[in-house]
Amino acid sequence: MGAQLRTIRRRIATTRSMAKITRAQELIASSRIVKAQQRVRESGPYARQITRAISALVSHNVGVGHPLLTERSDSKRAAVLIITSDRGFAGGYNANVIREAEGLMTMLREQGKEPVPYIVGRKGVGWYRFREREFAEEWTGFSDNPRFENAEAIGRTLVREFEKPADEGGVAEIHVVYTEFVSMLTQTAQVRRLLPLEIEESEQAPEEQTQGVLPAYEFEPSAEAVLDALLPNYIESRIWHMLLQAAASEHAQRRRAMKSATDNANDVIENLTRVANQARQAEITQEISEIVGGANALAESSAGSE
Amino acid sequence: MAKLHVELVSPEREIWAGEADMVVAKTIEGEMGIMPGHAPVLGLLVDGSVVRIKPADESETISAMVSGGFFSVASDEVSVLAEYAELGGEIDLEAARAEYERVSGLEGEEAAVAQRRARARLRAAGQEI
Repeated sequence: MGAQLRTIRRRIATTRSMAKITRAQELIASSRIVKAQQRVRESGPYARQITRAISALVSHNVGVGHPLLTERSDSKRAAVLIITSDRGFAGGYNANVIREAEGLMTMLREQGKEPVPYIVGRKGVGWYRFREREFAEEWTGFSDNPRFENAEAIGRTLVREFEKPADEGGVAEIHVVYTEFVSMLTQTAQVRRLLPLEIEESEQAPEEQTQGVLPAYEFEPSAEAVLDALLPNYIESRIWHMLLQAAASEHAQRRRAMKSATDNANDVIENLTRVANQARQAEITQEISEIVGGANALAESSAGSE
Repeated sequence: MAKLHVELVSPEREIWAGEADMVVAKTIEGEMGIMPGHAPVLGLLVDGSVVRIKPADESETISAMVSGGFFSVASDEVSVLAEYAELGGEIDLEAARAEYERVSGLEGEEAAVAQRRARARLRAAGQEI
């Protein structure tokens, strides 16, 4: 076998095994999207109810003056929670989130604020470490399959930072950058402001309009106590929702990236097979012409001697 | 007679949903029984308490251990939103008992919560302590 043919065959074998890996990754991601979407759906009832309860409380005007609902002017710091993934192989997933976060932080700096990054996911942490940029805190190891404890831990940390006085490094705003799962084909990086909550927004929630006026609740033990306990829960539930959305998006993007990688590998295999066939054919043709040439030469030389 | 429509949910999933005759939940100010026609209420649940639901189809009472969260009642709809909840039937009795034994000797504020949770878990599983 010729040297050229051998190298081409080896490349085909390598590409084929690579295609097998990406294909397997694609299948894994597809099966996990379904699970992730289901978890997004399962978190729906809780999120809906807690939003309703908050709207009810706020419409009773108990929230006025609550620290979690008021704009702070004493601190210039703004926390930015960036939700990235732990693993790569997901196309532009992390790049999109990080670009969006960079945009947000530039905007905050232009407004004279000081953004403080908080990072979820190893890829984001790696990006910051590589550039030797500072960040306040990191959480890793759960991006593709978050648990509620994770959301709880993040929520608690952020609320604690928000409640700190300005001279101890308290933050005045909390923003989140995450990837929203719009559909199987579309996932977009989104920026949301988590705190302070915007009261107007919750009053105009579409759900509420369909359900008409909220009932006049009695509160046990008191409206203030209920609001105090509910708001951190609400924040955790929002972060939980965003983590789940991000996880579903991660799987969807990984599936797509892996699908195009598999397709590309198959194209490469097809092209290489053609080249290999041609090389083999060329080799055979050459051998035949060598044999025929040799035979002719032999015939001619023996004819001359007779 | 009117029935209550009950939803018991945690952030991760819906734990139980259906029609019921009565729901008993424990707030900071004491236990509260909710029957059809109850006035709208929004109450905080005690961290480490038991919520009991009496289903409308006369089947056995459902007990669940809850830690943290709140419940809301409005026009015969009861939503119990627990930060963490476990149905009595899903509780591993031996593990719950071992946990109870482990925390019952401890002291301090965190231990008190852990003890309440462990006790609630056993009570939800139908054990008397």
